[in-house]
Amino acid sequence: MNRTLLVLEGVSKRYGGQPVIDGLGFGVVEGEALGIIGPNGAGKTTLFNIIAGDVRPDAGRVTFAGRDITGSGAAALCRAGIGRTYQIPHPFAGMTVFENVLVGATCGAGLAESAAHAVAIRCLRRTGLLRQANMLAGALPLLDRKRLELARALATGPRLLLLDEIAGGLTEHEVRELIGIIKDIRGEGVTLIWIEHIVHALMAVVDRLIAVSVGRLLTQGRPADVMASPQVREVYMGVEAT
Amino acid sequence: MTEAMDAAPACRIECGSRASRLAGALVLLFLMAGASMPFWAEPASLRALAEFFYVLALAQMWNLLAGYGGMVSIGQQAFVGLGGYTLVVLGLHAGVNPFLAVPAGGIVAGLLALPAGCVLFRLRGAYFAIGTWVMAEVFRQVIANITAVGGGSGLSVTRAVATIPTWWRQSLTFWCALLLGGGATFLVYALLRSRYGLALTAVRDSEPASASLGVSVRKVKWFVYVISAVGCGMTGALIFITKLRISPDAAFSPDWSALMFFVVVIGGIGTIEGPIVGALLYFALREMLGGFGTWYLIALGILTVAVMLWAPKGIWGSLVSRYDLRLFPVQRRLRPVDDERDATPPAVITAAPCAGTLKA
Repeated sequence: MNRTLLVLEGVSKRYGGQPVIDGLGFGVVEGEALGIIGPNGAGKTTLFNIIAGDVRPDAGRVTFAGRDITGSGAAALCRAGIGRTYQIPHPFAGMTVFENVLVGATCGAGLAESAAHAVAIRCLRRTGLLRQANMLAGALPLLDRKRLELARALATGPRLLLLDEIAGGLTEHEVRELIGIIKDIRGEGVTLIWIEHIVHALMAVVDRLIAVSVGRLLTQGRPADVMASPQVREVYMGVEAT
Repeated sequence: MTEAMDAAPACRIECGSRASRLAGALVLLFLMAGASMPFWAEPASLRALAEFFYVLALAQMWNLLAGYGGMVSIGQQAFVGLGGYTLVVLGLHAGVNPFLAVPAGGIVAGLLALPAGCVLFRLRGAYFAIGTWVMAEVFRQVIANITAVGGGSGLSVTRAVATIPTWWRQSLTFWCALLLGGGATFLVYALLRSRYGLALTAVRDSEPASASLGVSVRKVKWFVYVISAVGCGMTGALIFITKLRISPDAAFSPDWSALMFFVVVIGGIGTIEGPIVGALLYFALREMLGGFGTWYLIALGILTVAVMLWAPKGIWGSLVSRYDLRLFPVQRRLRPVDDERDATPPAVITAAPCAGTLKA
């Protein structure tokens, strides 16, 4: 059961000469929930863009389910089982919430429309969006947009789900609700990688934490250990005065 | 989680409404009545209606491309012109029935859209728009330098068209136009109702999000671009059957794109009803103001600018956001079945993020 689902080896990406990801490598085991923390500009979202196929790395290799996926397109990787949410939600503003999710179920999961309807309704119910099903997605408030990101990604039937700061900007109560939903998704055997600044939300779900800074892996391990490690404390709070 | 508990039974999907079914029946009746017109109507009204239908066909094709595919082209005259010159080659040189140039013009335009797309899809937004115009100019220049098809000054296609008896010529022209206008409208409607419609609308709203949900953005764009080229090519061949004379300047005139742009923007971009409303308005304005010459064109321009400023969704789009009106419904709406209605109250549906949605 302990099969490795995703492996990154020496992945690098530069933007205008500036390294954003610098020789990063780690693996994710099937069924695992991995959290990624790091200061702003550490390259976390770029990392997701590389895994999901939105950005091609300058160097290194990404392997998903035993297949080299470096440089494959986002659409193909979605169909191969990598789902993602965006930090800044990208709803299809002119479509209803239901149709938004239906796109994931038809194009991503490759279902015929009748089968996709059932999947979409289930995803909406799970994320608490069923009441808003007929609203235009452009009219949704922030929390619902984040839920829609999640519902759409779920509808593609992912094996690996990438969550990019999905709890950012939500109230404490809303974060708790979201944690419940994400735990539930995990319970179904979906592998998770979750980038988040709201550390307590992350700690409630993930088994392992990776800290990155300026595109490099700082440290990794059990969440409590990583949070207590001197490197992480230094990056977040500066060098401790003695 | 059990499938049975979670799956659909509490809800059903609805696409149509009573108004839309009534509209569908009326459109069919109207088209059938229209098809019989050559047997009882005046040639002048046949000509006018044929023009209405081919303008509608062009507008639907541009709407598909720009309103749904998100590709604003100002070079669709490239394909109108190619259709026209297919008529020259087939009708004048090969001596076949000129009406066969209508499907053939579509094929030629579709085939040439493939290499054109290879170049144009490297461009985005405004650059794509300019690129399409440049492409149309390239076609114009090439045709203008081929003396066999009349060169820069063009030629008359009367010789090809005159082989057909007058009644048949008028009737066939009318039926082709009816088929193109009605067919283009139906095609867009059927496309949007299918699962490709979901992908197409998704690409219109956000390309990165579509890709990460498994939509092959490039494929969708190619598909729409080629369909639109075929539609414009077929219509182009028909247009020059009615005009009887063709020249590169007339066939590849940016006025064709301006016409499509005007009709779609005034009527309502990104809706199926919009081009119909726009085409009706265009002809109404022409009837009323046509006698004023240049002033008429200035009025059209002012109207377009005014609509873009104060009603950017066009006439139909503004109506839809005010009164949930849809004659060609493509939205998939979720309706709870009767006994579940209390559990899941039907959400308020509006077409735009306006005050109504806040009630949901």
